[in-house]
This record gives sequence, C-alpha cells and structure tokens, in this order.
Amino acid sequence: MQLVTPGIGLIFWMLVSFSLVMLILKVYAWTPIMKGIHQREDTIEKALEAANEAKKEMLQLKAGNEQLLRDAKDERDALMRDARKVKEAILEEARVKANEEAARIMENARENIQFEKMAAINDLKNQIASISIEIAEKLLGKELENKKQQQELTEKLLKDVKIN
Amino acid sequence: MIRKLIRSARLQVAIIALLTAGFAYGNTTQQDSIPQKVEASESAHTEKAFNAGEMIIDHIVDAHEWHILTYNDFHLSIPLPVILIDNGKLVAFSASHFHHGHETYKGYKLMTEGENKGKIVKVLDDGSLDATAELPLDFSITKNVVSLFISLLLLCFVFISIANKYKKNPDVAPKGLQSMLEPLILFVRDDIAIPGIGKKNYARFMPFLLTVFFFIFFNNLLGLIPIFPGGANLTGNIAITLVLALFTFVITTFIGNKNYWLHIFNAPGVPWWLKFPIPLMPVVEFIGLITKPFVLMVRLFANITAGHIILLGFMSLIFIFGNMNVILGYGVSVFSIAFGVFMTMLELLVAFIQAYVFALLSSIYFGMAMEEHHHEEEHPTDH
Repeated sequence: MQLVTPGIGLIFWMLVSFSLVMLILKVYAWTPIMKGIHQREDTIEKALEAANEAKKEMLQLKAGNEQLLRDAKDERDALMRDARKVKEAILEEARVKANEEAARIMENARENIQFEKMAAINDLKNQIASISIEIAEKLLGKELENKKQQQELTEKLLKDVKIN
Repeated sequence: MIRKLIRSARLQVAIIALLTAGFAYGNTTQQDSIPQKVEASESAHTEKAFNAGEMIIDHIVDAHEWHILTYNDFHLSIPLPVILIDNGKLVAFSASHFHHGHETYKGYKLMTEGENKGKIVKVLDDGSLDATAELPLDFSITKNVVSLFISLLLLCFVFISIANKYKKNPDVAPKGLQSMLEPLILFVRDDIAIPGIGKKNYARFMPFLLTVFFFIFFNNLLGLIPIFPGGANLTGNIAITLVLALFTFVITTFIGNKNYWLHIFNAPGVPWWLKFPIPLMPVVEFIGLITKPFVLMVRLFANITAGHIILLGFMSLIFIFGNMNVILGYGVSVFSIAFGVFMTMLELLVAFIQAYVFALLSSIYFGMAMEEHHHEEEHPTDH
C-alpha cells in the first residue's frame, strides 16, 4: 500500500518546486533556447535563399555576358561589312576616275597627232611644190642641150626625189 | 533503490563472502542445533535473514534517510530533516534522532513495520503508540524530495547554461552539452508538440512540455544510477507522477475551448436519448476526462517501478541463493549480473520512451482541448 499511496509531503514539495523550476526555466532557458533555435533556423533558411538567389544572378550574369559578347561580335561584323563596302566604293570611284583620265589623255594625244599630221602634210606639199619647181628648172635647162640627155636627167632626178 | 544492490553486486567479491559466510555460519549453527526443522522451514528462516520482497519495496519507496550501505551492523546513511505539521503546529528535527526507527523522539516514532510502515506516528509518553491520534502531516525533506531538488537544480543548471550559449551567439553551430541536448529539444518541438498541438498554438506549451520531458528523462536516468546523487525512485513514485499528471489535467481543463466541452457534455453524433433521460455519454466522457491524467500517472509510475523491481529481483536472487549455499550464490550472481546489465540497458530505453510518451500524450490532450470544430456531419437527431 505504501507504494501506491501518494505522500502529502512529496506532493507538496513537487508542486512547489516543479512549478518554480518550470517558471525559472521558462524565463531563463526555454524562451532564449527556442528563440535561439528559431533565429538560427531563420538564418540558415535565409542563407540558403541568398545562395539560390546568388546562383540565379550568376546564371543571369553569365547569360548577360554571352549576350554582350554576341552583340559585340555582331557589331564587329557590321563594322567589317561597312568597311568593305566603303573600300569597294572608293576603289570603284578611283577606277572610274582613272578611266576618265585615260580617255582624256588619249583624246589629247589623238588631237595632237592629227595636228602634227596636218602640219607634216602641209610641209610635204610645200616641199613637193618646191622640188617640182627645181625639177622643172633643171628640165628646162637641159632641154636646151640634148634631148636624150634631157630625158635621162629627168629620169635620174625623179629617182632622187624622195617624198619625205 | 537499486543503488545498494548494484553496489553490493559490484562489491560482492568483498562483501558477499562476509555477508553470506555470516549467514551461512548462522545457518549451519542453526542447522546443527535444530536439524529436523531446517528442511521444513527453509523459506521461513531465509526470510528472516533476507526478505527479497521487503528489501525491494524498501528500495523503491520513499525514506526519511538516504541509505547508502549496510555492512554487518554498520549503517552508512544520510539523515534528512523531518518536518511535521501536527495539529497546526510545525515540528522539525533531524531523522537521525529516530536511529533508523529504533527510538522515539519528541513523541514521534518512525514505524518500521505494520500498516504505517515508513510513516511517522505519534507515541504516548510511555513509548506506546497513540492509537487515537491522527498521523501528523509529513512534509519532511525525504530521500525523494532531496532527489527532486537535486534533479531540478541539475535541470536549471544544464538548461540555463545552454540557454546562455544560445543568447551569446545563436548563429553558431551547437557545441558540447548544447549539441547533445538540442536534438532532444528539437525532438520535443517537432515530434511531440507540433504533431500533437499544431503549428499555430504549440509555442505556448513548449515550456511545460520541455520541462516535463526533461524532468522525467533526467530522473529516469538518475534513478538508474545506483550511487548517492542518483538512485531515488523518483519517477516511480506515485506522488511525483500524480503531480505531473495533475499539471497536464489542469492545463487541459483551462485551455479547453467551447468545442471541447461541447464534445464532453453534448457530444455530436450521439442519439439524444443517450444524453437526456440516460446521461450515459456525458458520464462516459466525463470519466474519460479523469482517466486520461490518471492513466498518465499510473503508466509512468508502473513502468519505472516495474523496471526497478525486476532489477532488484535479479539482485535478490544472488542473496536468496547465497543463503542456501555460498557457491550457489556466486554461480547465480553471474546470471543475475548479466540480466541486470540487460535490464539496465532496457531501462535506459524505457527512460526515454516514458518521457516521450508522457510529453506526447500531454501534447495530444492539449491539442484535443484546443481543436477547432471539425465534425461537419449532420445530426438529424441532434436538437
């Protein structure tokens, strides 16, 4: 019976001391402990979130970099294309100008040649006239001496005449 | 409780020889003088020399002194203060004045046998018992009270010291004692409080559940230690479990919402005639209200006490057999200790399980008392 009969003294001491200890522990132990655990869990959760966020940002950054690189390449290509166009345009222009110059020079040359030719022909005409006069003089001189000789001389003179 | 016997078992090489040799010597002399009576009254005279049942009960009940060991006629024990309230008068003195119940002091006597065994009774001037007087109210600082104080101080010391660590730097990983106890604290929160009460309300009950869980757990473990600071059968004492269950009961009663009381006095889904002419269901529900804490009280008390009784029983075997034959006593001690070790291992598990069960059931009762309306069935017979 002693075993299953609760003693009043023990009940009293247990009630008093257990309540007291529960209050003490509530104030000085459980509240700070639960708060600490909660705070740590929060910190860990936040840290994990931040890590995820950072990872996402990294991926975004990487994607951004690639975009930037692609843009740069495109711009470079565009610049190259433009440069090539400009070069071709310059070359074309130069060729056209050169052709024009060449044509002009040819024209000038042709004009000069024409002019010189005309001058030469005129000169030749003059010389033929004078030579003809000389021949006529000589013929007229010889005719008087010998008919035969006269003939020979004419032929000989005609041979000498060089139309130059 | 078990402290003495485990200690004795440990020291048996030194003690048992002397003890049992003494008994054996006594027995042989008895046998020599009355040989014909020995066989008939074998059990009777071993009872006189060593009564296992009495010894076991002595070890699991409360006491006015903290007995450490007995060596032949030498008793080593710590006397504890006796505080009595006798007819409104406070009387206090040391239990050592009783000389283990052999003497009376200031008109009081510590009973060592009979109905009031272990209690302090009043005696008349001539030394005979005062049959007419009521028992004085005993508020003594008994062995269990000392053990209670020690365990509560230990609880305060341990948890306030780790609370300071949380206060100092909550973001640092736990170390040492903190890392040992944090999983248990989280266990109480995540596997006891939250499943039982729910995420919304659990925080209010954490101080109670944590205190109860660690109080039971620590005392169960202290009860397994056979030497001085431990060894009191505190959680196996019905007064302690009564108070613990009372806390659960009082809290449950105070937090019970409308829905909870409605279910007790006017349970939905029950035919009306079971309520009004024959108030069967309200009575059953009301009994349920009382049985829940009662079962909490008995479960913890019975589990811890039973474990101690079994352990003490194994140890008693050594002495029972030792009284028959010294060699037999030695032989049995091997098995007794093997079983004792096994039982102690089992008790370590039980220490945790009982703390868990008590806290879990308390939290479930709190959860039930605060449950919001969840039965949506129609009750045509209702109202």
